[in-house]
Amino acid sequence: MADRTASVRKPRLAVFKFASCDGCQLQLLDACGQLMQLADRVEIAQFLEASSRVDPGPYDLGLVEGSISTAEDVERIQAIRRDCRFLVTIGACATSGGIQALRNWGKIDEFLSAVYASPETIDALATSTPIADHVPVDFELRGCPVDPHQLLDVVTSVLLGRRPKVPSQSVCVECKSRGTVCVAVARGIPCLGPVTQAGCGALCPTHNRECFGCYGPAEAVNLVSLTGFYEQQGASREHLTRLVRGINGYSEAFRCESDRLQEEPDGVSTRERA
Amino acid sequence: MTEIRRFNVKPLARVEGEGALRVRVQGDAIEIAEFNIYEPPRFFEKLLVGREVREVPDITARICGICPVAYQMSACHALEKALGIAVTPEISQLRRLLYCGEWLQSHALHVHLLHAPDFLGFESGFAMAATHPGLVENGLKLKALGNRVIEVIGGRAVHPINVTVGGFYKAPSATEIRRLVPELEWGLETCLSLVASVASFETPSLEVDYESVALQHDSDYPMTDGMVVSSGSARTDSLRIAVEAYAEHFAERQVPHSTALHSLRRGTQTPYLTGPVARMNLSRDRLPPRAASAAEACGLEFPIRNPYRSIVARAVEMAAACELAAGIAREATADIAPFRIDYEPRAGSGCHATEAPRGLLYHRYRLDDRGLVAEAEIIPPTSQNQAQVEEDLRGLLPSVLRLDDAEATRRCEMLIRSYDPCISCATHFLTLSVDRAAGEREDGTE
Repeated sequence: MADRTASVRKPRLAVFKFASCDGCQLQLLDACGQLMQLADRVEIAQFLEASSRVDPGPYDLGLVEGSISTAEDVERIQAIRRDCRFLVTIGACATSGGIQALRNWGKIDEFLSAVYASPETIDALATSTPIADHVPVDFELRGCPVDPHQLLDVVTSVLLGRRPKVPSQSVCVECKSRGTVCVAVARGIPCLGPVTQAGCGALCPTHNRECFGCYGPAEAVNLVSLTGFYEQQGASREHLTRLVRGINGYSEAFRCESDRLQEEPDGVSTRERA
Repeated sequence: MTEIRRFNVKPLARVEGEGALRVRVQGDAIEIAEFNIYEPPRFFEKLLVGREVREVPDITARICGICPVAYQMSACHALEKALGIAVTPEISQLRRLLYCGEWLQSHALHVHLLHAPDFLGFESGFAMAATHPGLVENGLKLKALGNRVIEVIGGRAVHPINVTVGGFYKAPSATEIRRLVPELEWGLETCLSLVASVASFETPSLEVDYESVALQHDSDYPMTDGMVVSSGSARTDSLRIAVEAYAEHFAERQVPHSTALHSLRRGTQTPYLTGPVARMNLSRDRLPPRAASAAEACGLEFPIRNPYRSIVARAVEMAAACELAAGIAREATADIAPFRIDYEPRAGSGCHATEAPRGLLYHRYRLDDRGLVAEAEIIPPTSQNQAQVEEDLRGLLPSVLRLDDAEATRRCEMLIRSYDPCISCATHFLTLSVDRAAGEREDGTE
């Protein structure tokens, strides 16, 4: 066994950035202690945030942070996909378009002229979109930011050829297992915990506040039912639209719900219509 | 024909975000010296419009994963002014503790993993670990300690969730805060040694007549509060103004080669310097005692005029952050009450600046009648420094032209990294490129 591994070349890792805050790459750097142990087994071929070394592809694993928001990005992600055997997106920007995807509901010209005096010199698409809208993605790691332990698990899993062990239940389950009092039921605060994927350890509810969806929608969730419940508790549709249209607002489940809420701003809820 | 040389680096490594350097020199004449930021714009100022006050710090944190606390602090203070509320001294104190954590982790990352490899001749911190294991290990431990401080107060190291307008969602645990004391004491000692060791690094020579701009507090080293102060320079007058007058004296300008706006002094249209060097140039007499002694003993000359010496300024500020944080943590005898000041939504305007790890961070908000954000303006430190970086490059180039392309490029990159540019913050990113056109070179007369 030892002889066999010794004769095998090290898997090559590359890290790429698109529109983002760098926070997810920072989680990788924070895991540097472990990363350096990993560095004995993995060749870090490109990680610009950390190293001047830039080795050309192909790579065994590419980690992509950030969303696609310029014409150049659209081209670059295609080339990266071709270079990477496994492509994993890390964080809300790469997985759902990120907070900057709020512009997808606006007019890009207004956004440009609000910030820049000469908007014509800026390369910006009208939308900020997730990587998977442009190329096939092998695994999406959620979180704003991603959790460093989950990140290391994904890296080692891909390199070992097993499925990453990332939970698919909702934040609600983590909250219950921590014994945290429910902010939605006990305090009437609209909370996205029931529909958001676990991973943070129910951080916000344990700090007396609502979950605002850093990990994006969990599988098979019913947002209509949840926002209907909050409306009965007295929350306005405008408030609920903002809550759902946040960090992961452009992910499909959240996007459909905020669009529905906005289309019927003071309207009768779907349930009542039925 | 005079030789044309181009030094281009894109993208620049070991900086936060996407940036580039573009230099073109003909003979001794510098034709282009640009620090390009091509990070795609994310339009935060626009996407904040229509949001609730309470959402703002959660959104502005996402501008930068390395200094989210700074974006939360400037936002909270500015919004508190707009709402006409003031937090208690106890809340302010814990905010300073939180900010110390951010300074420590951000500076530890830059000093050890991004900047030191330049001085010691490595491509990265990973590569440096084989021969300098102690330096890398301490860097990671100090970074982790800064993160720990942020977690205790803010709930999470990257994008804290416990920070809100008016204070905190939950009182940070005094027990947990006190448990930080021994680690912070270790951190202080480690940072004091670090000051001496980075001060011994050989630095390229470059002298710049900086106009240093930073907050200045009556008694403390500047962090969350103070007047905006400028040292002035041969070209500009010194300045001491309330943050409300910031826009009267400083203006942002769009330049074609950058998605980040450049800031300049109004009137003279000249660049200025913000960040650790500017803070130390203006307020070193307000450093806590042990950090002050280390700054004195390490042979750093004031005012600091060599940008490469910023690594020493950062190390001194890391020591200061540990010293201040340990002081605050020792006094944490009980959970603070109240931990949040309530407010009613209302119309209003407010601006505030705090000292992010990379320098002055200005936020201004206008709220409408329903208390929603009607207008937001954010001026990050990296966009303020951008014009100064380019001026430094122009100053540096004559001395590196005798070097081969690779070394000349490396010196230029190293200069840019001295600023610890945060390109995501600046809305765009930086790429440095140095390339000499071979054909043009062969035709050259030199």
